[in-house]
Amino acid sequence: MNAQTKLIIVPGRTEKNYLQDLWRYRELFYALSWRDISARYKQTVMGVLWALIRPFLTMVVFTIVFGKLAKLPAEGNAPYALMVCAAMLPWQFFASSLSESSNSLIANAQLITKTYFPRLIIPTSSIITCFVDFLISFFILILIMIYYSYMPTLNILLLPLFALMGFLAALGIGLYITSLNVKYRDFRYIVPFFVQFGLYISPVGFSSSIIPEKYRLIYSLNPMVCVIDGFRWSIIGQGASIYWPGFFLSIGVTFFFLYLGIKKFRSMEKSFADMI
Amino acid sequence: MSDVVIKSEELGKSYKISHQHRERYVALRDVITNRVKNAWARIRNPQYYDHDTLEEFWALKNVSFEIRQGDRIGIIGRNGAGKSTLLKILSRITEPTEGRVEITGRVASLLEVGTGFHPELTGRENIFLNGAILGMSRMEIKKKFEEIVAFAEVEQFLDTPVKRYSSGMYMRLAFAVAAHLESEILLVDEVLAVGDAEFQKKCLGKMQDISSLGDRTILFVSHNMTAIQSLCTKAIFLKKGGIQKIDSVESVINEYCSIEFKYQLQNEWPYDGAPGNELIKIKKVAVIPLSNEMAIDITTPLKIQTEFWICKENITLNHVCVVLKNIKGECIFNSVLYCTLTKGLHSAAVIIPGNFLNDDTYTADIYFVKEATPLYIHHDCLVFLVNDIPRIDMVFLGKWIGAVRPQLQWEYMQLEGA
Repeated sequence: MNAQTKLIIVPGRTEKNYLQDLWRYRELFYALSWRDISARYKQTVMGVLWALIRPFLTMVVFTIVFGKLAKLPAEGNAPYALMVCAAMLPWQFFASSLSESSNSLIANAQLITKTYFPRLIIPTSSIITCFVDFLISFFILILIMIYYSYMPTLNILLLPLFALMGFLAALGIGLYITSLNVKYRDFRYIVPFFVQFGLYISPVGFSSSIIPEKYRLIYSLNPMVCVIDGFRWSIIGQGASIYWPGFFLSIGVTFFFLYLGIKKFRSMEKSFADMI
Repeated sequence: MSDVVIKSEELGKSYKISHQHRERYVALRDVITNRVKNAWARIRNPQYYDHDTLEEFWALKNVSFEIRQGDRIGIIGRNGAGKSTLLKILSRITEPTEGRVEITGRVASLLEVGTGFHPELTGRENIFLNGAILGMSRMEIKKKFEEIVAFAEVEQFLDTPVKRYSSGMYMRLAFAVAAHLESEILLVDEVLAVGDAEFQKKCLGKMQDISSLGDRTILFVSHNMTAIQSLCTKAIFLKKGGIQKIDSVESVINEYCSIEFKYQLQNEWPYDGAPGNELIKIKKVAVIPLSNEMAIDITTPLKIQTEFWICKENITLNHVCVVLKNIKGECIFNSVLYCTLTKGLHSAAVIIPGNFLNDDTYTADIYFVKEATPLYIHHDCLVFLVNDIPRIDMVFLGKWIGAVRPQLQWEYMQLEGA
């Protein structure tokens, strides 16, 4: 036997090998997400369509209500539908990430009580699953851009960066909610409300430029504001603008939640097997 | 060869049981209503105190042991003795409340067959998925893939969703993935309880292969004493969360059986207070192994003895019968002593030859009969276990069927062929 890794199990301390374990189990991120994706898409063609229909219909409604009825201004000279779509995609990803990740531990209770691996993998891979749906839904965006013959500018090259921001925002808040959801089993009834509420306070159906200047900093406390504005800026290009102080505030808030979520999750992780 | 690979010191695990809330988990709504309720109660009565006390339940307490490389440890104990909790701590599923464990080497645990299998995915996909859950890399699984498939015997069904598998195929596949995980330490919990004899045979055979390599350490929880006897080199007996005994397999199994099953090998009474009636009183009953060892296995000849008083002058006893039953209450035999006994103290004993009883727990009734009428029946006065002997060929480790297992004479000759 060569020089082996020595594992020491004592109460309140399993952190030491955590990063090492995450690395060892890195393929599990992929395996679990892939399990969910392939199981879903195997079961039904509707699985694929659903990822497209949902954001599309919401986009149509928002375009009619906010753009046509309320006659809110679009950004630059972009069509209103495109502006909504650019926001709808990251929002849809964020919303489904929260609901999927918050249920992920309970859905995988059997795994948690019977095998060991860093628990962080479960909610994270459920968010990765949502991310795949998100990438699929770009199909709609492309169709709309073709429909309006809208050429993206070079700004679009920064889109992955904003997608990453959205991922981190979903991960941080998702992890936090996930831990609460294991502890308080009725917390899951609050999550859909939270998501619904978020849809209206985030600039999905309207441009964040209609928010009065003096409130924009406060408005940017919502980390999705930065992600959505970033998406619009990348996709619509000229005409769309980013409110920089708010942008950096949003980044700060995102990382704060990420820190909080991981910390909360890690502190509760050890007792998950006992609570589930 | 003898490095300590698992060292546990004063290991303990407690669960908190709330008296007020019987649910297994908390609901936020309850937390909030309770807070409000308590706050309101405190406003009305400042001395108010929330009486919801949490009771601690120790699933494991003060468990210390050392396991050396290559040891094959059987863990036995009744349900709730802490066996599974111990394996869960060792496999890091749950953390201990106190104490510490040092583990050297990679641990693979198989606490349940088929954890993480997804019914919609094919056999091939599930092998990779389950491998990843158990901590194998893709490369590692690829390397072992052929072996896993061959062991599970699912070659033709690799691309069929496992929801269409028979339960036997499903379990074989699940066991195969876990068994091919390269690890220094293997923790196995009662996986054999779920399968049929064929499955058990395969699993135990595989575990035997693994352990015969010599350098892998196995911890094996089972209620199948035969499997433990044949597979393990040492055993741990857990009782109420503590270690009752760590020793050789035979001595641990004996202690386990005598403590947990309340074996009654011998009983003696004074004349006053002796069981019986106005005609017959029992002085003594005993089952005595006629070998040098105290433990009874299927090869041990036994003597079942009783001493009794006939209390009245004009009573003549015609028969003394020993009725042996197995644990299910089925009668194995009724053996009769034909006699003519009158008032006084008597002793009667029947000898059961070795290589006759099967491995089982037996109870004995003793009948005292006069002219086909029982004067007294001493029910279940003896309870004893007949242990199995380690099987030599290792091909089959399941329960040996049959009420008895007599060694009978066989005739054999070759009739034809080169």
